[in-house]
Amino acid sequence: MSLNRRDFFKTIGITGMTIIGVNASGSNSSADEKTEFHGILFDSFACVGCQSCELACAETHGLPAPEDEIKSGVLRKTSEKQRCAVNSYSTPQGDIFVRNQCMHCNEPACAAACLTQAMYKTKEGPVIWRENKCMGCRYCMISCPFDVPKFDYSSTNPKIQKCDMCYDRIIKGEQPVCVETCGVALFYGARRELIAEARKRIAENPGVYVDKIYGESVAGGTGYLYLSPVQHNEIGFNTTLQNSSYPALTKGFLYSVPSVFVLVPTLLLGIHEATKSNKSKQIKDEDYE
Amino acid sequence: MSSTTYLITSDKESPAGWKFFLSELKPRGKWFTPFNIISIPIIIVGLVLIVYRFWNGLGSVSNVNQEIPWGLWKGFNVVTGVAFAGGAYVLTFIVYILKVDKYHSIVRVTVLNGFLAYMFYAGALVLDLGKPWNIFNPIIGNNFGANSVLFLVAWHFMLYIVAQLVEFSPAIAEWLGSRRIHKILSGMTIGAVIFGITLSTLHQSGLGALFLMAKEKIHPLWYNEFIPILFLVSSVFAGLSMVIFEGSISQRVFADKINKKDKEARKGIVNTLSKICAFAMFAYLFMQLLVFIHGQHYNLLNTKMGYWYLLEMVGFVIFPMALYFRSYLTSNINLSRIAAIITIVGIILNRLNVSIIAFRWDAAVRYVPSWMEVVVSITIILIQIWIFRWVISRMPVLNEPPKWAINGH
Repeated sequence: MSLNRRDFFKTIGITGMTIIGVNASGSNSSADEKTEFHGILFDSFACVGCQSCELACAETHGLPAPEDEIKSGVLRKTSEKQRCAVNSYSTPQGDIFVRNQCMHCNEPACAAACLTQAMYKTKEGPVIWRENKCMGCRYCMISCPFDVPKFDYSSTNPKIQKCDMCYDRIIKGEQPVCVETCGVALFYGARRELIAEARKRIAENPGVYVDKIYGESVAGGTGYLYLSPVQHNEIGFNTTLQNSSYPALTKGFLYSVPSVFVLVPTLLLGIHEATKSNKSKQIKDEDYE
Repeated sequence: MSSTTYLITSDKESPAGWKFFLSELKPRGKWFTPFNIISIPIIIVGLVLIVYRFWNGLGSVSNVNQEIPWGLWKGFNVVTGVAFAGGAYVLTFIVYILKVDKYHSIVRVTVLNGFLAYMFYAGALVLDLGKPWNIFNPIIGNNFGANSVLFLVAWHFMLYIVAQLVEFSPAIAEWLGSRRIHKILSGMTIGAVIFGITLSTLHQSGLGALFLMAKEKIHPLWYNEFIPILFLVSSVFAGLSMVIFEGSISQRVFADKINKKDKEARKGIVNTLSKICAFAMFAYLFMQLLVFIHGQHYNLLNTKMGYWYLLEMVGFVIFPMALYFRSYLTSNINLSRIAAIITIVGIILNRLNVSIIAFRWDAAVRYVPSWMEVVVSITIILIQIWIFRWVISRMPVLNEPPKWAINGH
């Protein structure tokens, strides 16, 4: 049953891709041109909660397949063993499924927090984690407004687990495995084009979607974009997050560092010279032994 | 310089190589002291737990979770501990930059305390890291995350440890009796002091700046864009309160090390330190008030977290501030000590509030440290005290330096 369904989604997926003008195999051929951020558009109206994207994700990244089923009112979270999780929310518009994973911010707090550049915003758009650089300080987890990075506390050589938008597939010109598996609710493409596509869907179906795209401006804009038939706070989104970028919050402090490094020593040296008494000078001038 | 203190170090002026080191390693004094009897079992358990932690992963010992990833080792040993080590930069500023000679007798012990504190808090950090073998990545290689506050804090931590070692190194040279090296090292002091104060202002505030990106995760009564400045200002009286507290203990424990002149000067020192604390706390309180008014969170005061906030502000800032003012006006040294202890508790409360208690205060699963985390935290501090004691009883820290060295200052 689920296989048939999957095939069905695949055929629709091809139509979906043509709509937004993304050619999966051709995306790498224009590498010389200016690369722009790519992202994923999630249409929560189209998602039926089949969990095939979760299964495909787990399989591709060598993680255990999630066994729990989606239930309204039960919040499933991503974990150190699960990179994405679909949840169901009961709303006046019926049950709505929402996918949770890394948002792939335009200006990611995790990457700004990382002192070894293990968390890294690639020029293609995905935010990736590089194991050989990470020292496991978990400052990315403190900083991420979406609580995305997950740390394997039970391991002696722990990994940070989070969606990397299948970066290794993207650089080969393939689509992220969830998008390829789904095809009905997930669309991969240049962020700019995805926003245009989302706008088009909103304009063409005014009764279906609310006129908002979650991810367009939250946290300074994210790679993941969400279309929804109901207000975003009804389907589990944190609407208290700021719309400007998170790394900008530390900018003032970081910019003050060079001036402190110039001004404070100068000031201290000045005071030191001013407070030098004749007595201390004498002692200094005296021969040591 | 009385000749009695000179005698203590006179026999070390011609060390005989390894024999000297080995003899110095041997413990001195009685073994069965109350401190030893309590601390040795805790340290043994703590060390076993540290091995266990590396054998089975962080989760086997610590209760940190996915939502609250920083627990006691970072929130208490690192974020709180560094504030208490702030006494070193304040006192070096007073003694070496402002040249107030009065405090000279306590500057060495404070720098030693600061140095050991930083060493051991760096150690606590290593325990908390998931992949500690990558700790050198931000220092070597092409992995500079230069736009990270933590990158800055890590570098400043490391450089400040070096600066403090240089500041303290003349004492080591005096212990070893190497006059030549002593002269070179003493000449480096002022440079290290200036460098060290600059680094301190940046990483004391930097520890606060670490939490700037956790805007929605920290309760609005504790989160504000001025966390770095509040951390810096509070480190002044946190450090000095620790100096007063630590001084009142060492004065008893190491009574034979301190000469009569310094003992009498202590009272005056504590008295003026109380005054500095009182005024620094007043400045801090004023800033907190401005931040509070600016944040317009009046409605939050009448909540559970609001009462907690008021307790911190009234019970652990205003109250000890008043005590400090009173102790200064009445020259009451015992009142100063009480004020110091309350301030220390208050700083622990403040730093834990920002880093742990008010951090994800709304989380479904609250973080409560496991007993194993607590034991390891205490172990780190106890080992630090052991080494502190070892150094004090060997190097001229509380007692006066040898005669040949004094002329150099």
